[in-house]
Amino acid sequence: MDLTFSPEEISFRDELRSWLLANNPGDDDSGTEDEMFARRCAWQRQLHEAGWAGVHWPKEYGGRGATYTQSAIFFEELGSANAPLPANALGLLLGGPTLMFWGTDAQKERYLNPILSAEEIWCQGFSEPEAGSDLASLKTKAVRDGDEWVVTGQKVWTSAAQWSKWCMLVARTDGDAAKHKGLTYFLMDMEQEGVNVRPLKQMTGGAEFNEMFLEGARIPHENIVGGEGNGWKVAMTTLMNERSGLAFFLQVRTRQLLEDLFRHAEQTGQIDDPVIADKLGALQVRAEVLRLTSYRGLTMIERYGQPGPESSLTKLMWSSLNQDVTQFAADLIGPEAVTDGTSWSYELMRARGNTIEGGTSEVLKNIVAERVLGLPRLKAV
Amino acid sequence: MRFGFDEDQLEIQRTATGLLEGRSTLDRVREHAEAGTEDADLWSELSELGWLGIAVSEENGGQGFGVVELTILLEQAGRTLACVPLMPSAAAALAIQHAGSDAQRSRWLEALSTGEITGAIGTASGGRAEIAAGAPNAAVAVLFDDEGGARLVDLADALVEPVETIDPTRRYGSIEGPGDDLPGDTDAALDLARIALAAELTGVASRATEITLAYVKDRKQFDTPIGAYQAVSHACATMYLNVESARSASYHAAWAADASPEGLAEAASVAHIAAVGGARDVTSAAIQAHGGIGFTWEADPHWFYKRAQVSAHLLGGTGGARARLAQLVADRLTDEDD
Repeated sequence: MDLTFSPEEISFRDELRSWLLANNPGDDDSGTEDEMFARRCAWQRQLHEAGWAGVHWPKEYGGRGATYTQSAIFFEELGSANAPLPANALGLLLGGPTLMFWGTDAQKERYLNPILSAEEIWCQGFSEPEAGSDLASLKTKAVRDGDEWVVTGQKVWTSAAQWSKWCMLVARTDGDAAKHKGLTYFLMDMEQEGVNVRPLKQMTGGAEFNEMFLEGARIPHENIVGGEGNGWKVAMTTLMNERSGLAFFLQVRTRQLLEDLFRHAEQTGQIDDPVIADKLGALQVRAEVLRLTSYRGLTMIERYGQPGPESSLTKLMWSSLNQDVTQFAADLIGPEAVTDGTSWSYELMRARGNTIEGGTSEVLKNIVAERVLGLPRLKAV
Repeated sequence: MRFGFDEDQLEIQRTATGLLEGRSTLDRVREHAEAGTEDADLWSELSELGWLGIAVSEENGGQGFGVVELTILLEQAGRTLACVPLMPSAAAALAIQHAGSDAQRSRWLEALSTGEITGAIGTASGGRAEIAAGAPNAAVAVLFDDEGGARLVDLADALVEPVETIDPTRRYGSIEGPGDDLPGDTDAALDLARIALAAELTGVASRATEITLAYVKDRKQFDTPIGAYQAVSHACATMYLNVESARSASYHAAWAADASPEGLAEAASVAHIAAVGGARDVTSAAIQAHGGIGFTWEADPHWFYKRAQVSAHLLGGTGGARARLAQLVADRLTDEDD
């Protein structure tokens, strides 16, 4: 057991830190959403040129070939430095790794490099209005027409769709096959008439997500990933990646919020109130336990090549912690925390999404119960 | 970074799990709990194996391993509710080794390591400890006071009275009598004792979860195992979350005790709070998931619940611990910002 970083990990971190010190543009939320996204594209190009875009990608695909731990350090440092996430986060974290596992050589050759350079942005077309947690019930249909597939249906929660060139689309290609078996995973060109994107205004007032309407969108047959009818397995590869990469970035942000609260309580003298101190201490225990459990998960991945059972817990822990930190902040900060336009009020609203996005807490508990604890699954009525 | 046990530590874990599961079955625990006795056979076996002094240095008559190795044993002792004074005795030895004088070390540590005598731990107010774990049969006690000090009490010179707590799986007692100050870093000594307690409680919570999972897979209502109902399965997922939280915190604190003294105070607080809170929540949930049977004397969940409840009162409890941790963190952040 050794919870210090190795010399290689420290030199990786120090190199990144000094690069960030010189190059980090900071998290600038001014201007329109288009302008903000353009800045994140420029940021990713900058990361790419310095070799920091695909830190966890193997060297043969243009990445840095970093270990899981180094990749975690990368996201922690990005978070600590208050740097923006790269624009093509979905391509880097989900699309690229999925292609590396399932893609043909031609697909890897064609798609991987423009993901790294942010030349081509990626989005994820999985969820539908009637297929959320029950993803396999999705209805968007793809019908073969010569060398192409013609797609009709509707997707939702499609982050970055308005800026994307490629969509990781899961559609039903065999209506007669069993629910999980009739699905196929496609790479769909977003720049065509049959694809219409409409921003979905959130309770925060912003629009990180979109609805996507597919009316006769066309996809060449060669853009199938992992084979016809194999879409469920390929999609699971994508979702496995969804629950790892970003976690460290998000956790650092939550710890920063909590540290800001400690500073606020110290400066205002609120920390001398035993009830407030007690609550801050309890939040600190949860933040620390989350950090430690994530590190245990990293060691499991490094040892066995796949996430250990603890990793399913960290999303659950983080999302409820972030909600409780922002809620307690509202008590300590006062009216500013509910005044429109303040960062505290934004966090207070945004945090409600944490226990829903990327797997609701209810579904994650089902996953823990069934796959980790071996409890029987309730038969659907 | 490697947040996991190495091969030798895994071997210690396998050996401890096998031996304690075999010797300290829940039936055996029940016999001792109902008779109000300790498991003397198990104690001599642990003594022969050298486990009692695992974290005591070789020059003081121990095995010379670290707090991590001790944590592995204590977790398994807690898992099996072993009716032996391993936790209080090992915690007293750690405190004496860390904060005792040379004379105190040579007087007590070897006898504690061989198991010839046992130790007790607790907190004292006005010279009296109300509930010290392991007190009735112990030869020596380490008592921490409210002002951050600690006293070593030779129990031959003290008045020790057994206290019947709700937890009959362990012997507790009050202690009143003169003692000598531990001259060293008693804050760190208390932190080490809290880590020992946290390790044991992690095991208690872990086993309470295991027996609950077995029960809800087996018990059927409406022709369905109750563990299939989300009201039950989600409660089980939360139990597991609490166990793994305590485990992460306990292992980290043990590592800090061995290798990162500057992080010890925060790490020990986090482990103590996470393990006490986790063990109380998990053992309560275990009773609930067992339904009516869980409320009976015949079922096993109550032993775990009772051990967790009484353990929560040892070493100052966690009532004020969260606020003290908050101040530690605030002070550290102020230092880092300056």
